[in-house]
Amino acid sequence: MIVIDHLSKRYGEQVAVDDLTFTVQPGVVTGFLGPNGAGKSTTMRMIIGLDRPDSGQVTVDGRRYAEHRAPIHEVGALLEAKAVHPARSARNHLRAIGATTGVTAKRVDEVLDLVGLTGAAGRRAGDFSLGMSQRLGIAGALLADPQILLFDEPVNGLDPEGILWVRGLLGDLAAQGRTVFVSSHLITELGAVAEQLMIIGRGRLIAEIPMSELGAGAAQRAVHVRSPQAEQLAVLIGADGVSVRTGADRDVIEITGLDSEAVGRRAAEAGIVLYELTPRTVSLEQAFMDLTREAVDYPAHPAAPSSRTDRSAA
Amino acid sequence: MAITSGSSIGTSNPRRAAATPPRPSTTTQLAVTQRRVIGSEWIKLRSVRSWTIMAVVAAALMIAFGELAASVASGAVATTGPRPGGGPFAATDPPAISLSGTTLTQLIVGVLGVLFISNEYANGMIRATFAAVPRRLPVLWAKVIVLAGSLLVLMVVAGLASFLLGQLILGDGKNTTLAADGVLRAVLGSGLYLAGIGVLGIAVGALLRNTAGAISVVVATLLIVPGLARLVLPEDWNTTITPYLPSNAGSAFTSVTGSDTLLGPVGGAAVFVGWLVVLLVGAAVMIRRRDA
Repeated sequence: MIVIDHLSKRYGEQVAVDDLTFTVQPGVVTGFLGPNGAGKSTTMRMIIGLDRPDSGQVTVDGRRYAEHRAPIHEVGALLEAKAVHPARSARNHLRAIGATTGVTAKRVDEVLDLVGLTGAAGRRAGDFSLGMSQRLGIAGALLADPQILLFDEPVNGLDPEGILWVRGLLGDLAAQGRTVFVSSHLITELGAVAEQLMIIGRGRLIAEIPMSELGAGAAQRAVHVRSPQAEQLAVLIGADGVSVRTGADRDVIEITGLDSEAVGRRAAEAGIVLYELTPRTVSLEQAFMDLTREAVDYPAHPAAPSSRTDRSAA
Repeated sequence: MAITSGSSIGTSNPRRAAATPPRPSTTTQLAVTQRRVIGSEWIKLRSVRSWTIMAVVAAALMIAFGELAASVASGAVATTGPRPGGGPFAATDPPAISLSGTTLTQLIVGVLGVLFISNEYANGMIRATFAAVPRRLPVLWAKVIVLAGSLLVLMVVAGLASFLLGQLILGDGKNTTLAADGVLRAVLGSGLYLAGIGVLGIAVGALLRNTAGAISVVVATLLIVPGLARLVLPEDWNTTITPYLPSNAGSAFTSVTGSDTLLGPVGGAAVFVGWLVVLLVGAAVMIRRRDA
């Protein structure tokens, strides 16, 4: 279990992590989701003591990471794939890391086999493709058989087969009762594996929700309606406790919680003329975007100058 | 034996794996110890071929230069310099002639020391290293022990070989023996000095974390600063300060014949070790303090 308690970190003027508090539970895959620059990597670096928090603290199974006797046996981390001396072979790289904690050469070969690098074990790690480097990084995380695993953007650079493999691996690890904490800036990467989601933006926790809930929100259908009597329809349907959103165009409304057939029937019963009746699904991505909209550090659309300092939205 | 394969990650049947708790009680067996960190650094040092080559080349140059200087001094190789038959060493200091390769070799071992740590910062390996050893300082000590130990063995052998071959080349009448006053101290001292310069490289590399910058500082400290000090400083400052520079402190215990401008052998060794201690303490403080 990872307990993050009022954690803050700034680099010069830039606030990377801002009063972050949450707990990563064992036995499930917890997704750490947020746009680039949201503070995901910084948080992971602070969990394993690479960066020192300005305030707050992180504990791993009740202790600071550095206080564990066999740290990489407690927490295995993949933070960046290419963090290898380019002239060193994959096998020697893993042996050097493992030697600090008594991991045997046999175990090194085991994890190389597990990530599918046995054939390349003697090659210079500098000649590896990004996908192979990523596999080597994962091997390093698994090396000392840790109970907690951190993966920072593990599918970056992997081909489709590799992505499926990583997803399967994450599920296996959680099924073995391990704590798996995996970051991504893409909800679609986590949708398939994560059960719990921690969503951050600008270093702050935006939402902490089970994947099923976000999925349910996403599965919810919306109905797009255009009608000269839109307001009348909105009142009629709104009275049934259904959510209706009106836009700038007075003739257009968005109805959620009622399918298009039901909307059409209600309109016909009331004698309301419809020009358009379109069922829409909200994608997982849209649901995520709705949650993080206010917290995106560098939005694609130019934001008003004040929005960068306005943190109340987050 | 630390990890049993039965509990390892990636079991094909996750349900079966979930039913049996995967946790082996190996935390004690897998404890990080200084000895294990030394083992890790030894693997790192051996597994980059260019580093092995550098160390061997450094030793070979030590011998080759000594023999070349001895050949020149003995008159076997003629020079067109202002001192015919004498070469730059004028055949008055047989141990110094045969150990003259130290000047070049120190640059190579200094650079090797820098690379041994600055490379980890350059390619990001330092984060894997510090994740495995979050207390960090055992890594610095291990690097010092592994590199200094390897260099000491290699350079003492190279120093002895340079000296003995050099005396052979100089020939009877012009040469000396290990039994002569101060000679053994100078020969072994050269090996120690070179191992120390490797440590100096590690300390500067850890302080600056930048390969090019750290190499520049090491080369400047060993070659440029002593000469520059002689040129720019007032005479009395010069005689007060320059004996305490690392390279001159080294000369005090790697040469047989003393000099007015050098400290005594014991004083020189003490000052040289003092430099290493101060730099290592600085490196240790910065390694603990900075984010990796």
